[in-house]
Amino acid sequence: MGGYGDVQLLREDGLRLDGRKVDEMRPVSIQAGILPAADGSAMVTHGLNVAVAAVYGPMEAHPRKIQRQDRAVIDVRYNMAPFSTSDRIRPGFNRRSREISKVTAESLESVVLVERYPRAKIRVEIEILAAEAGTRCAGITAASVALADAGIPMRDMIVGVASGKIEGTVVLDLDKAEDNYGQADLPVGILPNTGEIAFLQMDGDLSPEEYDLAMEYNFKAAGEIHEIMVEALRARYEESEN
Amino acid sequence: MSQGLSGAEQRLVTPGMTIGSLTGMRVGSGAIVHNDEIIATKLGWVRENNGTISVDPINSPYIPRSGDLVIGNVAEVRNNLWFMDINGSFQGLLPMSLAPWKVEYGQARQHMNVGDSSLARVQEVDECHNVVLTMKGVGLRRLSQGAVIDVPVNHLDRIRGEGNANLDRMKETSDCRIIVGENGRVWVDGNENGIDWVREALDIAKQHGHKSSFDSAMKKHEKKFNKKGDA
Repeated sequence: MGGYGDVQLLREDGLRLDGRKVDEMRPVSIQAGILPAADGSAMVTHGLNVAVAAVYGPMEAHPRKIQRQDRAVIDVRYNMAPFSTSDRIRPGFNRRSREISKVTAESLESVVLVERYPRAKIRVEIEILAAEAGTRCAGITAASVALADAGIPMRDMIVGVASGKIEGTVVLDLDKAEDNYGQADLPVGILPNTGEIAFLQMDGDLSPEEYDLAMEYNFKAAGEIHEIMVEALRARYEESEN
Repeated sequence: MSQGLSGAEQRLVTPGMTIGSLTGMRVGSGAIVHNDEIIATKLGWVRENNGTISVDPINSPYIPRSGDLVIGNVAEVRNNLWFMDINGSFQGLLPMSLAPWKVEYGQARQHMNVGDSSLARVQEVDECHNVVLTMKGVGLRRLSQGAVIDVPVNHLDRIRGEGNANLDRMKETSDCRIIVGENGRVWVDGNENGIDWVREALDIAKQHGHKSSFDSAMKKHEKKFNKKGDA
């Protein structure tokens, strides 16, 4: 939320700069099982974002101090490739990637049946190959598909989706300009079958009414993305049936 | 939300999908109960058997159970025990007392070293997933020849077939000795052509194990070997 109030983000005809309606999502495509070495993997293309997730495990948790006697730990590493944005990103962990890794791990722990694998670790690697706002959401969606592909038991999948506010108008799925110059951003992780929320962050200000509208958009988009996730998993195993 | 395909055909479900109602049904593996509904927890095919609804997963890690015959690789050797990689979440522990040889303290390495494979049985699994292996038993031994091939754990039943029919056919066709470990490892010993043929057959199982085309693909592969033998 850059706070540059003079940047025009909505056209006079009410559409956004890229021609989308306020409640329209960027195109999403998902592919499951793209990495042969991983136990489960997925690639999510959300607008211009490209996120690849790989899942390894469950395996013995090392070092031993991170082991939990009653459940598995989920070790998430979110990383943006140096070439994922127009300005080169310095490789390695930074404050932002640590934060996103942490919130992603906590949200995945709420759906994975971690109590089935005491003392174990499930390693989730999320690599952002191209970034255009909304990478944490694309990463969570990719991780969720990869976990399902790896055969890790989960009580539901998680869909990452975001809404926000630009020029006083609530819009679904912010792109880069809207994210940089908009007034609010509300990324959430939604469990599509139960309607529960696994994580929620808010940057900027929204009134209660605006928040309700943003969540309405998010739930609608989550349903659409979930269908694409299911199709991706089906395609992996049903495509070459004959 | 979206449901799996209905009707008599096999339903492929993803985690979180409702696969049935609790009334009159029991919950099997790969499913949990949430709000009186049975929810799939894994990606796989729904199966109903004698009032029990379960999900046959497409992918699943090996979960050791007491009594399983496994093929392990030695990962680490101590003075009086071996740690074996058994393709599971945790390594199996083979103590000196459960080895088939009389081992002096400190001499474990002379019997089996890192990288060696052996046929063992799971003696015990505790609630913390500690696995104890034994090599005391008929046929349990160090594997000093042949090849060990990895296969998906959930396709083992298809590889064996009804009453081991597929496995027996594979043995007969290839003229190889084949031992299927419950941990998704298959030991094959025989002549080079036979081992190659079994390796290809297991590749077919990896790719077609979850499909109805598996049996026809295997039959086609069997014919291929016969032709090779005639030539």
